[in-house]
Amino acid sequence: MAIQEVALTTGRASSISLVDRLHGLVVTVDHKKLGLMYIGTALIYLVVAGLMAVAMRLQLAVPVNTILEPDVFNRFFTMHGTSMVFLVGMPIVAGLGNYLVPLMIGARDMAFPRLNAFGYWMFVFGGLLLYFSYLGAPGLAGHGSAPDIGWFAYAPLTGRAFSRGNSTDYWILSLLMTSVGSTVSAINVIATAVALRCPGMKLMRMPLFVWLMIVVNFMILLALPALSAAQIMLLIDRYLGGHFFDTQAGGSAVIWQHFFWIFGHPEVYILIIPAFACVSEVVPVFSRKPIFGYPVMVGATVMIGLISTSVWAHHMFSVGMTSVGNTFFAISTFTVAVPTGIKIFNWLGTMYGGRIRFDLPMLFCIAFLFQFLIAGLTGMMLGVAPLNWQLTDSYFVVAHFHYTLVGGFLFGIFAGFYYWYPKAVGRLLNRRLGLWHFWLFVIGFHVTFDTMHFSGLLGMPRRIFTYDLGRGWDTLNFVTTLGALLQAVAILLFAINVVRSAKKGKLAGNDPWDAWTLEWTTSSPPPDYNFATTPSVRSRRPLWDLKHPEDPDWQYE
Amino acid sequence: MINDASLPLTLEASDWKLPSSRKVAIVCLILTETGLFSIFVAAYLFYLGKSLTGPTPSEVLETPIIPTICLLGSSLTIMLAERALRRENRRPFQLWWAITILLAVVFMGATAIEWHRLITVHHLTISTNLFGTTFYSLVGLHASHVIVGLCLLTLVLVFSLRGLVTPAQHQRIEMVSWYWHFVDAIWVIVFTVVYVIGR
Repeated sequence: MAIQEVALTTGRASSISLVDRLHGLVVTVDHKKLGLMYIGTALIYLVVAGLMAVAMRLQLAVPVNTILEPDVFNRFFTMHGTSMVFLVGMPIVAGLGNYLVPLMIGARDMAFPRLNAFGYWMFVFGGLLLYFSYLGAPGLAGHGSAPDIGWFAYAPLTGRAFSRGNSTDYWILSLLMTSVGSTVSAINVIATAVALRCPGMKLMRMPLFVWLMIVVNFMILLALPALSAAQIMLLIDRYLGGHFFDTQAGGSAVIWQHFFWIFGHPEVYILIIPAFACVSEVVPVFSRKPIFGYPVMVGATVMIGLISTSVWAHHMFSVGMTSVGNTFFAISTFTVAVPTGIKIFNWLGTMYGGRIRFDLPMLFCIAFLFQFLIAGLTGMMLGVAPLNWQLTDSYFVVAHFHYTLVGGFLFGIFAGFYYWYPKAVGRLLNRRLGLWHFWLFVIGFHVTFDTMHFSGLLGMPRRIFTYDLGRGWDTLNFVTTLGALLQAVAILLFAINVVRSAKKGKLAGNDPWDAWTLEWTTSSPPPDYNFATTPSVRSRRPLWDLKHPEDPDWQYE
Repeated sequence: MINDASLPLTLEASDWKLPSSRKVAIVCLILTETGLFSIFVAAYLFYLGKSLTGPTPSEVLETPIIPTICLLGSSLTIMLAERALRRENRRPFQLWWAITILLAVVFMGATAIEWHRLITVHHLTISTNLFGTTFYSLVGLHASHVIVGLCLLTLVLVFSLRGLVTPAQHQRIEMVSWYWHFVDAIWVIVFTVVYVIGR
């Protein structure tokens, strides 16, 4: 029945003209379409910003290389970082929340569908504004083009005196726009998860994914205003002659760093927790066991959210804080390791004794577990203030945060992508291409970022556009670049797989993974109204109850 | 394998009560706005006394007693208006609502006079010194929220005079009033920071 329905909808879709379909995308307020549009747009930016990374790696492959001019290099690392965080990470968070939260809680749409569409278009136009800087920023005076201030835009480099032209203004205004989009999307997801749950879906019966999304979106609400406020202050400095970050008039450049990292550190948890959310759904299903320690997982996530608001200055050990400040932020940084460690143990506990199926989502989860553990450990190393003085602004730091964001975030998101793609599209991703993607990406990832740790330890500073012969970094950098190319090939295979499987993949049916949460009860892709009748649940695994009436979960919870 | 696209209902929907999504959303909005204000307040406090040149707060600021009473009073009148709407008393609702708008306009007028005095008499602008930068930013951020509130209040009054606001819309009106209470509460903090601690 489900298969017929899928065939019917695809048949209908092909008879609609392209203009009508594009018009449909522009006017839609459907959470599923918007969710996929968020993710699709984010993947385009992922490719753009990824190509910038490849260009930078080619420049750094050999000493005294001249592929990229120094100022082009500066623009590339700024645009790469800004895009990956605000135009890839954030919209993927919003897209996953949009697509999955209503389906998982048995709702028909988000709480505020039109606000939802508004948030998406703010993100799209914010992103376009950022990239328009390549054309628009030179202006009549011809100063600069794209922003070249680094993704954290430290003062006083961003002041009028040092950052002439309009490139910095493009950076500020585009991010203010995407921040508005992220904020309304966060409000919407929280309101949906709190107020639209189907009968019986008590807070402690929600899938962990929904719990983690609530925590993430609260963190967005608390962290993003710090960036917006700092950017408004910077605009006041640049256009109204204010003195917030103007050291000549008694202002402070360090306060920008504080404000930025009050946002910036929670932001990295905002990115990683959705990956946790995907892993928390995938690991139980592919281990054939309920998640180990559900209440502890919820508690640990809330703890991460709370602690993340008090660790920001560990990004600033080298600016000369008091020893009390250094000690406080070092200790609070170590404290984050406790709830994060609990989560890793619980995922392992879920796998322990389970009948593990090594399908693609699970493979990405297993790689995630190992890589995120290492990322956490290098994070602890950087949390030691004295060692941080040695390693700060070196490639060790670059290696560490790419380990969290590629090895952690991206692998977790890929796990989720392979897991939910059949639900969204109705067809499974090709397994052989997927395996090629997985193994090439794992190998490429380790070749790139494992070696970066060593060039960092050997003293290679970040953000340099080239280096001299004989510093001892030559081989390491060449290997790093080879890894980057492997990753690029892997992403290319992934893109081919996504496009090809949408037409030619195996039909998925409602529930290809034999899973337990509500989104798998409805057809793939789900109809506009999601559920024909409102479901009701009695346990955390409503589909298990339905499939096993002789031994339902609600007898034990 | 499940073929049916729905799960059987095992629980009476009437037993299932959830918070209103509007209330959750407005609380979230207030939360994030509080975050925005706290950064500006932190900047104001951090830069207190760090200006390299005059004028200083103690030289030029005068405590705005009457505007403060007006703004805080408007919280009371909007509550009375909202209560009247709930009891389906249209005229009292419009009256209290109009008084709320009037009080907000008085507050904004007082701010305008204060800024005019600071700029023309004391030559304090946003670029004069750190005090000017932080003062106009913080008070201006609050004033911009008052202006947004004023637009919402006026819109509701216009709708009401056209007979479009019925008790069925009570919850929407209540959300406007929550936002307005928030703007007033922020003024208490701004007032304390700028006119009490800051002098």
